[in-house]
Amino acid sequence: MIKTKFDYNKYLRQNTLPHIWCPGCGDGIILKSLIRAIDKLQIKKDDIVIASGIGCASRLPGYVDFNTIHTTHGRALTFAIGIKMFKPRLKVITISGDGDALAIGGNHFIHAARRNIDITLIVFNNYTYGMTGGQYSPTQPIGSYATTTPYGNIEPPFDVCDLAKAAGATWVARSTSYHALQLDKLIEAAITHQGFSVLDVITNCHISYGRRNKMKSPVEMITYQKEKGIPVRSAENLKPEELTGRFKTGLIYQKNDAPEFCAEYQKKLELLKTK
Amino acid sequence: MKKVLEGSMAISESVRIAEPRVISAYPITPQTHIVEHLSQMVADGNLKAEFVMVESEHTAASVCLGASACGVRSYTSTASQGLLYMSEVIYNIAGMRLPVVITIANRAVSAPINIWNDMQDSMALRDAGAIQLYAENNQEAYDMHIQAYKIAENKDVMLPVMVCVDGFVLTHTFEVVETIDEVERVREYLPPLNMEYKLDVDNPYSFGTLGEPSVYMESRFNLANAVNNSKKVIVSAAQEYKDMFGKFHGALIDTYKTDDAETIIVAMGSILGTIKDVVDELRESGKKIGVLKVRSFRPFPEEEIVAALEDAGNVIVIEKAISLGKGGILSQEIRDVLYKHRINSINVNGYVLGLGGRDITPKNIIDLIEKAKTDENMDGEFFGLNSFIEQGNISNIGD
Ligand SMILES: Cc1ncc(C[n+]2csc(CCOP(=O)(O)OP(=O)(O)O)c2C)c(N)n1
Ligand code: SF4
Repeated sequence: MIKTKFDYNKYLRQNTLPHIWCPGCGDGIILKSLIRAIDKLQIKKDDIVIASGIGCASRLPGYVDFNTIHTTHGRALTFAIGIKMFKPRLKVITISGDGDALAIGGNHFIHAARRNIDITLIVFNNYTYGMTGGQYSPTQPIGSYATTTPYGNIEPPFDVCDLAKAAGATWVARSTSYHALQLDKLIEAAITHQGFSVLDVITNCHISYGRRNKMKSPVEMITYQKEKGIPVRSAENLKPEELTGRFKTGLIYQKNDAPEFCAEYQKKLELLKTK
Repeated sequence: MKKVLEGSMAISESVRIAEPRVISAYPITPQTHIVEHLSQMVADGNLKAEFVMVESEHTAASVCLGASACGVRSYTSTASQGLLYMSEVIYNIAGMRLPVVITIANRAVSAPINIWNDMQDSMALRDAGAIQLYAENNQEAYDMHIQAYKIAENKDVMLPVMVCVDGFVLTHTFEVVETIDEVERVREYLPPLNMEYKLDVDNPYSFGTLGEPSVYMESRFNLANAVNNSKKVIVSAAQEYKDMFGKFHGALIDTYKTDDAETIIVAMGSILGTIKDVVDELRESGKKIGVLKVRSFRPFPEEEIVAALEDAGNVIVIEKAISLGKGGILSQEIRDVLYKHRINSINVNGYVLGLGGRDITPKNIIDLIEKAKTDENMDGEFFGLNSFIEQGNISNIGD
């Protein structure tokens, strides 16, 4: 085995590997980034909970040696909320695909954000339902193709970050599976933030999405991420029309003094005890 | 015309020729192909329907409920978790007496997540007021969907019909399927939907309004009667279909070599094919054995089952579902109807096999028949477990 500088093995469950992701899938890049970020933060493995729904992205918890729970499609956040409410001292991280987080589970997304509960949600945003073979998702760009949009999608997509911010999330950022180093830092910051943090990670699914959209190799998809991603600050100087087809990367929104749900709940309990 | 079709394609062909006007579905393995074919047909103009893309099964079923309440023929399909998530709506579709046809590509349920075949999903919905039919092969799956609309839309029935087909075993295998090519002939069998009660601005009705204690029981009574009375409609739909299209796979039940049988194996769905092969072999060596296929599980064909089984000494029920905390579901119900008819001379042994896609081989069935000779009143015993469980050592499972 080639010795790499960073040893991922201590965070991986060897008996569940190899993973099921297609060669060239972006999800593995995010997995490694997540491990590096957690390692950097020096959080004890047993203090981390990873909850996921169902989908390619949601397979992640099976591979990592934390407290993990692989639940039902769309409900990852609700399980995470239950866990966090019961043990607020734990770091709870939720992994969802764009379908999981915003289609079947969209309701939970806005309500978790509204409450500003101290959970980190990482959306593995590949614009499609990878696992079921490439149906359109609520983040799929207008005009692009999926098995259920054979003549091009006509529905406007959600901007995950705009939605999160509007619904009440207090930390919102975007990165990609190309910007791996930036991703490390953003995951670190998301976990550290006290409140609901949403990290939208544009990731490549060449198999279910790329093939139908003139990006049949991972390289083409990674290039897309590199070319279309634009740092928040650079975007400020551009006119709206110059931003069409592009997406902002980096920290998009942060609010530090907003009441956090578990803390507020605790306060209320204390108050009621004195009555 | 005879074609080699994947099960999913046979089903979508059959749905196409039944001409639903609203289709809505959400992807879930192993059902996804069915609606993908349908969405392509709609996109290509080969089926004049609205294909409504949604963000969950709950929504898909709700779209069909709404369309159906407007008097429009509608269709959805799902499996496993998708069906469980739809269940709230299916109860409502039944309660509102709407003739939606739903394909179930039978699959195991979570947790742990498993995408392979068994029947725990549809069996969980057996009390919803939907008719449940189970197909043995892809030809039957094809024919059953057309019949399903005929049954659902009969004015004495007006109920959702779940057409259950084994996931992967049927949905993803290719078989020769004879399709009907003239829409006109299908229309003759299945005339356009014409609902007596529907949402109509010129003649307004209200659906699903609060049923107070003074009326709720009556509404459920009517629903229960409708499900029971659908038996004769299921029979006539199968008969008329045979007369028009020459295909018959049984009505409520079907029997195979049961006339002089001392042992009868009862099952539903695709496993019947394997069982029949085993039975053929055993017949050659002189064993008096036959097969009872349950085609309609809801309504439950009590009289027909009793008539088919009453002369047998041994009944073996093979099922891919279980009522946890009780036992086999089909075996329970078979024992129940035999008891009701005061037949207590039959030894009914029920076994649970093939959960989560575990293969059921001819050898398994032969072993089971052997085992059943000395078993008595087995109530959904698990058959074919891996040895590490039998030793009580579950720690081997991994995590
Ligand atoms: C209730 C329910 N409906 C449907 C499915 C089938 N299903 C599994 S994964 C998936 C979509 C996955 O897409 P996404 O969440 O974007 O994740 P990805 O696979 O792209 O990572 C669907 C529809 C399911 N498991 N449960
Ligand atoms: S289908 Fe797409 S998202 Fe799923 S593992 Fe393959 S490349 Fe990744």
